[in-house]
Amino acid sequence: MPDWAIPIAYLVAAVLFVVALKRMSSPKTARLGNLLGAVGMAIAIVFTLLTRERDPLTGAAGTFIRDGGWAFILIGAVVGSAVGAFLALSVKMTGMPQMVAMFNGFGGLASGLVVFAEIWRRPAMAFDAAAFGGSLPGEVYYLVIAVALSTLIGWVTFTGSLIAFAKLQEFVVSGRPFTFPMQRLANFGLLGLTVVLIVLWAAFPAQRWLVIPIALLAAAAGVLFTIPIGGADMPVVISLLNSYSGLAACATGFVLQNPGLIIAGSLVGSSGIVLTRIMCVGMNRSLANVLFGAVGGVVAGGGDGEVKRHTSWTPQDAAIALNNASFVVIVPGYGMAVAQAQHAVKDLANLLEQRGVEVKFGIHEVAGRMPGHMNVLLAEAEVPYEKLMDRHETNNELDRADCVIVLGANDVVNPVARKDVASPIKGMPILDVDKAGTVMVIKRSLNPGFAGVDNELFYMDNTAMVFGDGKKTIQAITEAMKAS
Amino acid sequence: MIEMAALSAATGMHSALLMAVTIFVLSMLLGLEVITKVPTQLHTPLMSGSNAISGITIIGALLAAGAGGWLGGTFGMIAVAAAMINVVGGYLVTDRMLKMFGGRKRKGKGKGNGNA
Repeated sequence: MPDWAIPIAYLVAAVLFVVALKRMSSPKTARLGNLLGAVGMAIAIVFTLLTRERDPLTGAAGTFIRDGGWAFILIGAVVGSAVGAFLALSVKMTGMPQMVAMFNGFGGLASGLVVFAEIWRRPAMAFDAAAFGGSLPGEVYYLVIAVALSTLIGWVTFTGSLIAFAKLQEFVVSGRPFTFPMQRLANFGLLGLTVVLIVLWAAFPAQRWLVIPIALLAAAAGVLFTIPIGGADMPVVISLLNSYSGLAACATGFVLQNPGLIIAGSLVGSSGIVLTRIMCVGMNRSLANVLFGAVGGVVAGGGDGEVKRHTSWTPQDAAIALNNASFVVIVPGYGMAVAQAQHAVKDLANLLEQRGVEVKFGIHEVAGRMPGHMNVLLAEAEVPYEKLMDRHETNNELDRADCVIVLGANDVVNPVARKDVASPIKGMPILDVDKAGTVMVIKRSLNPGFAGVDNELFYMDNTAMVFGDGKKTIQAITEAMKAS
Repeated sequence: MIEMAALSAATGMHSALLMAVTIFVLSMLLGLEVITKVPTQLHTPLMSGSNAISGITIIGALLAAGAGGWLGGTFGMIAVAAAMINVVGGYLVTDRMLKMFGGRKRKGKGKGNGNA
């Protein structure tokens, strides 16, 4: 096989990745695109295994795999494939955010380990200035900096993702952010120290052991930066870590001087950046505010003492209102995921449609714990994607809606965001559900949402609260409708 | 002789680095362009699909594990496993989701009202 075959194979793989992402622009083309991406990855793997290297003494070309390399590759590949397949096939759709968080982490870990192996694989002489007549070639400095950056990004991604996973899995209390005194100072001190070590290593490339403290500090930074971030900010964090996992692969590409890694890594990096931006815009917050703001610490508790009146409905009342409606918009939030109410919601929507009522779903981009979370759950319940509207479409349609069902969403429908008063969600683009004829909010209590802001929607004249568990309440409404 | 070698290595490094940076910048721009067109409803499969793509580190992991030796081999092996979790898990779970989104047959469209 000629030497140029392998770079060409990487190019083909990269093209297939771009095609895969391009086909994600429509649900109709996405599935085949994903398959093409997988084919690209298979090509990259097979041709990597065919890599040959020349013996420096004899000049004879042979496989790069030696010293028990096959065993290491086989064990790693079999274990990794089995674990990956098991996770992918067993995860529930409600558990998808945790799953993505974990995958982000493994991507970072792999990159961190690869560059670690790469830097120790080289003979010590390659870092010894004396061997080069007093001054090291620039290549070495380049290598050291690329390894340091890859290590930094990789380990931050790994531990940051583990914390995100633990929070999403609710191993640790995720509702409120975890803060401690001088947190910001500690975080930036840690980051500063890491930068100092990287500079130091770049100045003295022979001190290869410096990669170890850099990795440890990066791992600590990943934990400390993710821990203070509250549950509802998870969509931003997951998107950002997604971006990091790509950038880590990209930095590894710089280390190995492999364009395939650089291209694929950048695609993922930019994808994460786009998602992070969309999530930040959806909350009207800057990335810095999400990362360091620790929003959600305030719990409104008893409020300001003013007793506001709300209307409370039984499922039967709700059924009557729905019977009289001709257009219903359902607005799901994280509460729907927690209650696993997506199938019950689909049953209700089916019943309404059988009675000639038009039903659509209004989905805010930050509803749930990751980008697209609600869409996946509703897709699982076989709600056709044509019925799912994004924020702009929803707001255009809400005027003519007779009835809105808010299910487990809170801050994204709070009209206070539109007002010029100080609040953590000020200026956040919301779904203007209060513009509909009647709004029914299915919720356990009047408690404020994640941002700790009391929801004015609950006390509006056209709003009725239907208290109870999301799934059970939706089922009760469906039953009440069937009975009528 | 040594100086010549160092010089050529340096220029080689410069052009290699320049090429890498060029590829990086253009790929980022391409990515931003393509990803911006992905509709919000496909954002979760986009994330899991890009997880799979970031498994491209498998290339580096295979090279490290294949080179063998206890240190490099062991680290390489763990890296192969982590990257393979991303690749296999990422593509499978994305397929599972996309199957739900577009793969199934639609039962009529719009309002399905069976009762006349």
